[in-house]
Amino acid sequence: MAEEGIGCGRPTGAVVGESVSEEHTNKEEIKKKEVGTMIQIGKKAPDFTAPAFYEGTFKKIKLSDYLGKWVLLCFYPGDFTFV
Amino acid sequence: MTAVAARYEEFKKLGVEVFSMSVDSVFSHKIWQEEELSKMIEGGVPYPMLSDAGGKVGRIYGVYDEDAGVNVRGRFIMDPDGVIQAMEVLTPPVGRNVGETIRQVQAFQHVRETGEVMPSGWTPGKPTLKPGPELAGKVWKVWKP
Repeated sequence: MAEEGIGCGRPTGAVVGESVSEEHTNKEEIKKKEVGTMIQIGKKAPDFTAPAFYEGTFKKIKLSDYLGKWVLLCFYPGDFTFV
Repeated sequence: MTAVAARYEEFKKLGVEVFSMSVDSVFSHKIWQEEELSKMIEGGVPYPMLSDAGGKVGRIYGVYDEDAGVNVRGRFIMDPDGVIQAMEVLTPPVGRNVGETIRQVQAFQHVRETGEVMPSGWTPGKPTLKPGPELAGKVWKVWKP
């Protein structure tokens, strides 16, 4: 979990624990895959990197760095909302 | 958000890494934490708050609402192999039930450790089922709703 400049959240184009395959190294293809990839229970999660606010600082988090642990990922509509 | 934070210790005991994610920037997360969340819960949200600008990650997880431009309430439990074991997606007005998330984590951890399966409504300590030929057609003997 490196502290670094603010990037943006993006899928790596691979599932966790696997590297991006050759045919998807082309940027256009990654873009297509981003839109096309859907998740399925019982299958590996799509990997991603994203900037995070954690313990007072900004960090970069990569999902696949947490292989070997249970992970709970919660999406929510927005900061300062009410539920 | 704070509901998960309030029971964070339980997630920690279960060895679960918690991440939240919205389309807001990390700067927004910081101010929300400082101005509001830290007043709702002592010390504020104890887990990393991730930023998904443009919903790129939400889109592949099937939770990005193109019209609203936000990620809806999607909750995913992943096992140590990175496999998605459970997901729940709610539209924005209704919040999640954190107790149910904890129960599901406990159940999936139990399956992983024992190979046993958990009938509907199982909670730790309740009977489990051992799948096999002898159980086929005989579930009624050991379990009723």
